[in-house]
Amino acid sequence: MNVEPSAVAEPLLPQEADTPLVVGGVTLTSRLIVGTGKYSTYAEMARCLAASGTDCVTVAVRRERLVNAAGENILDHLDPQRYTLLPNTAGCFSADDAVRVAKLGRELLRDLGSTAADWVKLEVLGDTRTLLPDPVGTLEATERLVADGFRVLVYTSDDPVIARRLKDLGAASVMPAGSPIGSGQGILNANAIRICLEYLKDGDPEYPVIVDAGVGTASDVAEAMELGVDGVLLNTAIAQARDPLRMAVAMRDACSAGRNAFLAGRIPRRRYATASSPDEGRVN
Amino acid sequence: MSGTSAEACRPITVNGQSRPLPSPATITAVLEQAGLADRPVAVELDGEVIPRGRFAECRLVGGERIEIVTFVGGG
Repeated sequence: MNVEPSAVAEPLLPQEADTPLVVGGVTLTSRLIVGTGKYSTYAEMARCLAASGTDCVTVAVRRERLVNAAGENILDHLDPQRYTLLPNTAGCFSADDAVRVAKLGRELLRDLGSTAADWVKLEVLGDTRTLLPDPVGTLEATERLVADGFRVLVYTSDDPVIARRLKDLGAASVMPAGSPIGSGQGILNANAIRICLEYLKDGDPEYPVIVDAGVGTASDVAEAMELGVDGVLLNTAIAQARDPLRMAVAMRDACSAGRNAFLAGRIPRRRYATASSPDEGRVN
Repeated sequence: MSGTSAEACRPITVNGQSRPLPSPATITAVLEQAGLADRPVAVELDGEVIPRGRFAECRLVGGERIEIVTFVGGG
């Protein structure tokens, strides 16, 4: 059998036709944003981040140890030249606390010479059990941080009305949760995410919408990307997988697969079959 | 004890823990005592973020609440 060489020599590379993800003026090459928590070691974290293909990672702000403080710091394992660091306000249950932590994160980034020091992933949580966002506190903190010059990437629920209000307040990205943080339940309400996308991208197709939280496995990332979100932020699904390094690879591939599938456009769902082989010329 | 010396003995609170006022009474000295002078940290003094460039000049009198934070793993 002869195959025309030119048919295989120049494979279509759909990703070349894609535009990069731009959030708050920062251009990212990967559409995965990966958290740095819950790894068994910093070395494992560093391997997983590299395997995931991400160039943006989240970090938390916490009190430094005053005893034995000379131990390892996460920054010994994260090259700020390679990764854009996105500080979060995780663990904050009020707008006041979140604004305070955001300012400390900004100072840490400034001290590192970051070009994106005013970036923050805002979380204002309402409840320790669900870790669902407090919408009122989230709106208030977004407004205050935007006024203070922050580029705010906001963790929120999948409520399209809140999503639109956050964008109206100047959020650099609205980041609806697929399901509760660390729950691994994936995208529980794809319809709500679709409406968020419709509202947020109306007349502004480049506005970045990122699914943040809830991813359990690679297909969840692919599903989110197929819905048309611009990126996915995840942590636990890699860090707590039985084989985190392999899962990091799976997440990278799923993100790419989902993005390409979205750009390619899925076929409509039909109730009945449509044959792929021609009716004509059947042997009978 | 005179008012001045009593003032000098007032401890400071660092990350929620009481600490004696260092000498010299600066943020730089607080960080040095904790072994954090060259580490990537941010400092808040009574609710205000202090840039590294002001660590040496910021005079403490006792009673201040200082927070020293860094980045840790998180999602």
